[in-house]
Amino acid sequence: MQKENTGDAATSARTTRVRHRKRNSDVVAGAKPNGSHLLVNNRSKYKSFLVRAYSTIWMIGGFALIVYLGHLYITAMVVVIQIFMARELFNLLRKTHEDKQLPGFRLLNWHFFFTAMLFVYGRILSQRLVNTVTPDKVLYRLVTNLIKYHMAICYSLYISGFVWFILTLKKKMYKYQFSQYAWTHMILIVVFTQSSFTVANIFEGIFWFLLPASLIVINDIFAYICGFFFGRTPLIKLSPKKTWEGFIGASITTMISAFLLANVMGRFLWLTCPREDLSTGWLHCDPGPLFKQETHAIPGWISDWFPWKEISILPVQWHALCLGLFASIIAPFGGFFASGFKRAFKVKDFGDSIPGHGGITDRMDCQMVMAVFAYIYHQSFVVPQSLSVDKLLDQIITSLTLEEQQALFMKLGQMLQEKVIGS
Amino acid sequence: MAMEKDLNPNSPRIRKLKDNSYPNTPTSRMSNNQRDNHYHNVPNSPRDYNYTPSSPTARIRHRRRSNEIPAEVNRSNVSNLLLGDKNKYRSMWIRTCSSLWMLGGVVFIIYMGHLYIWAMVVVIQIFMTRELFFLLRRAHEERRLPGFRLLNWHFFFTAMLFVYGRILQQQLVNTVSSDRFIYKLVSGLIKYQMVICYFLYIAGFMWFIVTLKKKMYKYQFGQYAWTHMILIIVFIQSSFTVANIFEGIFWFLLPAALIAMNDVAAYFFGFYFGKTPLIKLSPKKTWEGFIGASVATIISAFFFANVIGQFQWFTCPRKDLSTGWLHCDPGPLFRPEYYPLPSWIAPFSPWKEISILPVQWHAFSLGLFASVIAPFGGFFASGFKRAFKIKDFGDSIPGHGGFTDRMDCQMVMAVFAYIYIQSFIVHQDYSVEMILDQISRSLGHEEQKMLYVKLGDILRHKLKAGF
Repeated sequence: MQKENTGDAATSARTTRVRHRKRNSDVVAGAKPNGSHLLVNNRSKYKSFLVRAYSTIWMIGGFALIVYLGHLYITAMVVVIQIFMARELFNLLRKTHEDKQLPGFRLLNWHFFFTAMLFVYGRILSQRLVNTVTPDKVLYRLVTNLIKYHMAICYSLYISGFVWFILTLKKKMYKYQFSQYAWTHMILIVVFTQSSFTVANIFEGIFWFLLPASLIVINDIFAYICGFFFGRTPLIKLSPKKTWEGFIGASITTMISAFLLANVMGRFLWLTCPREDLSTGWLHCDPGPLFKQETHAIPGWISDWFPWKEISILPVQWHALCLGLFASIIAPFGGFFASGFKRAFKVKDFGDSIPGHGGITDRMDCQMVMAVFAYIYHQSFVVPQSLSVDKLLDQIITSLTLEEQQALFMKLGQMLQEKVIGS
Repeated sequence: MAMEKDLNPNSPRIRKLKDNSYPNTPTSRMSNNQRDNHYHNVPNSPRDYNYTPSSPTARIRHRRRSNEIPAEVNRSNVSNLLLGDKNKYRSMWIRTCSSLWMLGGVVFIIYMGHLYIWAMVVVIQIFMTRELFFLLRRAHEERRLPGFRLLNWHFFFTAMLFVYGRILQQQLVNTVSSDRFIYKLVSGLIKYQMVICYFLYIAGFMWFIVTLKKKMYKYQFGQYAWTHMILIIVFIQSSFTVANIFEGIFWFLLPAALIAMNDVAAYFFGFYFGKTPLIKLSPKKTWEGFIGASVATIISAFFFANVIGQFQWFTCPRKDLSTGWLHCDPGPLFRPEYYPLPSWIAPFSPWKEISILPVQWHAFSLGLFASVIAPFGGFFASGFKRAFKIKDFGDSIPGHGGFTDRMDCQMVMAVFAYIYIQSFIVHQDYSVEMILDQISRSLGHEEQKMLYVKLGDILRHKLKAGF
């Protein structure tokens, strides 16, 4: 398994990488100078293709298993990925010489990480946590109090980290320490923004996590394949191996597959129902108007060729087209950003956890941009549309406490009475 | 905010003044000839220290004069503290002048109201951002990257739209609710506010990537990260400040006044009693100043809250963006409670009982934070300036440095005040109001009745389950 390879043989993995690069550059020396960096002309591409394909299959298999297990496990997977990404990025710009003179400085990074985790997941999962402990009175009171003072707790943790940082400033190391402090903040913001939005999407329904993630993967794979077979014109100076043919081929494929994949996924209640609490059992719900099939009659000139007289389309498939469009056109900029960053700081890969792909951050760079977009799209265009009595009721139950629900009930009663009297 | 002249000729500060190791302040950019010429035009009164953006002369004249004095002064161990500085009176006079001007300006703006205070916060924010953007730019690289500065201001505009859109959303809706057409326009904008801001941000992100230039990658990425850090720092504190303002000017005025009071008290206590240095980062701060200022701040927090809490102009929240007078029920926090004086004090004072607003107990916590933790914001700024070898963030305010120098402790305090208010001074109504608003906007009458009935069922079920 790939994990065993990386776990006990980090050096051998690194040598594998070195051997790869050496072989590529050996071949390149003999090939044509103009197209020498494109994948089409690279003889050893088949071997690297096999390594990448192998680790891709393992990743997809593991991922499918976790999706089957449920929301809580997906969240756990996201958290684990996040920890590994943060670790890779923390290690990236450390300088061992300075670090030896600053004991306890790395601990500060993890303190801020823990604070950010508490803050972000506390905000997102607070109401679901409350719904989980509702039967038990003691726990309920404890949890509601914790949630009430959640911001104050996280702020105190942050301020204690801040004060600790200032008290451990050492003469002649100020610049290094301030840079590390800023770097830590940037890493935590980048990692936690996208993972918090990912988790929010998951609890809205696995569909809203699975579809964007799959689209990015499909876009990646088809860009690789199209570039493999047809790639000639370089796309951008930042990533010399990317080509226009790969880009356009992948865009078309991604949008088509978005349309079809949304249809396939939208039929399963497991994927479309939101999770109101932190349980792990099966879900039953009314999926809402987005996932109810609408049948459209096929226009006459197509129906002569096809045996079907009409097609059934879930309204969500139109949303999926927008997601596909974004995934193919804008999300690759996340990859360009990561490439530019690696070039700027002369780093080959963010890490070497995954053979053939690099570190976890290398895999997640486009996913991050996509997750944020998916969340914002969902909050702006999907949620308000499907606003019905039941949806509002769910929103009331999930986002208000019991006292607030009662206050709302009374105020709503007053409002309705005023309307009856007034009209 | 730092104390003034440093007398020990061997101290790092004087040594730094002699080298030209401040690459970014206007003083170091002048040649020696220029500096000598300016030095000869010595003014005789503080009124000549008028602020213009390109008046490095005022700062230079300060430094020169303080440079010459130490040679004559007795070099005792105490000499690097404020106590022995003959020139401190002049610097104190300048600081007092600019402090009085700033104080006067702030008082006037507060009298004008919430909207004008908000405008003042925005202006201060723009100046702070400009100072910080300038700080780590390097002129050589900038010439090869046209339009890069524009990118910074693009992100600034996006952040401003995002932050103030979120905070003032409800107030904006309340302001335009009378006009049908504008109401629809504004609610539409608010509904899609996140999308608009996100696309503006992504446009900036893509623009950044497309304009990456070979061999300048590291500089550009550094600037990008720096821009993000600046905008985060500036906007978090200013957004919380504005949120506090619309809760009631009291919640903006009290923390800000406590910080100013702490600063002034620390200065005066250090001036008269300062002996033991407090922290290596800021060599002019002393333990006597710190402790004296803490006691003074906590006591004055108690009394100040009483004074301010009696005016409705300060204690009422502002629900919309109007500028008129406010009338409201201030709430239980601002109703005086009467306590009879204990009998051993009663003979000494003419009053039989004292009235305390419950908010004064909250003011104690604010005062405690302002005196103990907020100074760390100042230490952070000092450490930062030391790390990057900068004398001041800017020179907008004579005697004090730039805006960021004044606002460093205020920033920490504003965030604390906001979180304190949200956690301990309970506000329950906002989300309920938002959902009610949503119900009345998006559901028809029949659907509202259906919602009412279903909600009633659920609540009754929950009550039966034993709450």
